[in-house]
Amino acid sequence: MRKRKLGWFVTPAIAMFLMFVVNGIVAAQTQGPTTDDLATSTNIMWTLITGFLVFFMQGGFALVETGFTRSKNVAHTMMMNMMVFCIGALGYWLVGFAFQFGGVNFSFPAIGKIAGISFAPSTLGDMTGHLDKWLIRFGQTGILGGDGFMLTRGVRDMSGILAFFLFQMVFMDTAATIPTGAMAERLKFTGFVLMGFWVSMVVYPLVGGWVWGGGWLANLGRTAGLGNGAVDFAGSGVVHMIGGAVALAGAIVIGPRIGRFNPDGTANAMPGHNIPMGVLGTIILFFGWFGFNPGSSLAFVGPGRNLAANAAVNTLLAGGAGGMAAMLFMWWIGPTKKPDPGLSVNGVLAGLVAITSPCAFVNSTGAVAIGLIAGVIVCLASFLLERLHIDDPVGAVPVHFFNGIWGLISVGIFADGAASSAGWNGVDGPVTGLIFGGTTQIFAQLAEVASIFVVVGGLSFLFFKLLAALKLLRSEPAHELMGLDVPEMGTQGYSTVDVHMHGSALPRQSPRVGSPGR
Amino acid sequence: MSKKIEAIIREEALDAVKDALHDLGIVGMNVFEIRGHGRQGGLDMSWRGTSYKMDLLLKIQLNIILSDNNVEKTVEAIIKAARTGKEGDGIIFVYPVEDVIRIRTGERGHEALMYKDDIDTKRQKK
Repeated sequence: MRKRKLGWFVTPAIAMFLMFVVNGIVAAQTQGPTTDDLATSTNIMWTLITGFLVFFMQGGFALVETGFTRSKNVAHTMMMNMMVFCIGALGYWLVGFAFQFGGVNFSFPAIGKIAGISFAPSTLGDMTGHLDKWLIRFGQTGILGGDGFMLTRGVRDMSGILAFFLFQMVFMDTAATIPTGAMAERLKFTGFVLMGFWVSMVVYPLVGGWVWGGGWLANLGRTAGLGNGAVDFAGSGVVHMIGGAVALAGAIVIGPRIGRFNPDGTANAMPGHNIPMGVLGTIILFFGWFGFNPGSSLAFVGPGRNLAANAAVNTLLAGGAGGMAAMLFMWWIGPTKKPDPGLSVNGVLAGLVAITSPCAFVNSTGAVAIGLIAGVIVCLASFLLERLHIDDPVGAVPVHFFNGIWGLISVGIFADGAASSAGWNGVDGPVTGLIFGGTTQIFAQLAEVASIFVVVGGLSFLFFKLLAALKLLRSEPAHELMGLDVPEMGTQGYSTVDVHMHGSALPRQSPRVGSPGR
Repeated sequence: MSKKIEAIIREEALDAVKDALHDLGIVGMNVFEIRGHGRQGGLDMSWRGTSYKMDLLLKIQLNIILSDNNVEKTVEAIIKAARTGKEGDGIIFVYPVEDVIRIRTGERGHEALMYKDDIDTKRQKK
């Protein structure tokens, strides 16, 4: 009976579906999309989907940072990792995107024989009339973009710009979430909120625009003859070194956690409370990185295809090499002679951070070399910070700051001059490093390193000093000692004791033991 | 008269001790997770390359209340199951117990400690 009923429904449904399909095919034959349309659609879809993957890295960061801190601070650390996205989404929408990319579609005139250029991602479709204004610009030197505030002026109908905004917003958020790890377990929540706006609205858009928004660093190839200008494919510098520089400035200004260093200068270990969280978070980050790096081609049609595929393979290899190098370094050379899980986690992330900039411009041998070196750098940098009495509970600075620098420099060494990178930043030749005969690329890379160090590190140092002077930066010592969860967030992260044990949530006449309610 | 046996043993010895006591006919016990150290002093650990000493280790404490004449056998069974010969095997304390009252029945003293298949009934069967 039931079967027959279903049949009555299914048969006409299939018939109608077939009619739609046939109609669709006929329509496509008469007025189908052009090849250009299909290419743009494919590129936009690629950008959106990889952007979603990058978004999921937020979960990875949350798990790594929370696993590496103590159980009395988990609600606080988790909340920072979630809310930084919410803060950043609004801040970036208000002004961040416009500051960073407001001039990306501006047409710089020719310089003598060097042709004029617009830095806009043409793979995402026509952007004429949009993102073409600089607030601050001196000739070929773009400083601060000035269009796209709150995505108004008809952007609603521009799929390419919308996808581009989403992609760039989740990238910015990756940078904004890095400092929360370095200042974890002692950062006042008000200070954290202000830091989120600082990164998303001011310091990241400003310097990020110099590299990706058509600013002066990207233009160094055309204006100063330095290789292809500052080349930072997916942001070892723009995302990780910027985030790491804010983290370093924050960790210095906020000072170490109570009890981290002894009066005689020795350090005390403050073990994280959950290694499984840290490892799972790292695997989630690794997965998200397959959006982060390959997606930065912003294209899957034409040269973008090879850039993306090469980036994906190199990401895989460098992450693996980074983890191996850190594990073996700690096992064979490090002070404790164990395959340390904490630093192995940092090693995987270090390899991923380092390959982020060069991923599309190096071959797989280069990727493995970059990853191996990154894994050693992260261990040495961790010991250096401890010696300098800079307290970074999760290793954010060794991972993102030091390996961000290494990633940027490695482009200038290992870039192999493959055809898919020809014409990058308006310079005719491909991106070529020292090993393959490109002698000037590394100076453009060093210019980016110096800019981020001085401008992002310096301004953020002043910003955190201001917060400290206003007493908004560091939690009270009593709160820090009992853990920030209860005094700052008003709840425990892990409620080990049920509410009725505290006596306030139930009526005084509690149900009798053994009564029917139980 | 009754006695209280307070045995502090390795975490990983709990199953063996529990089985041994069960075979003996000790049916009731309370188990606590505790932290502490004795002569063993703790373990050396490391976190991100920095060494530290964990001097309060997780241990298991068993509390057993039983009649005087069962103490020796029980102590022997615990030692046999929990002993590895290395530092950290634990320690056993025996205290006198003033009285025992079962809440459900109001039984007192030895009566309150009797269970089906307990160590005393097992002995009688033999």
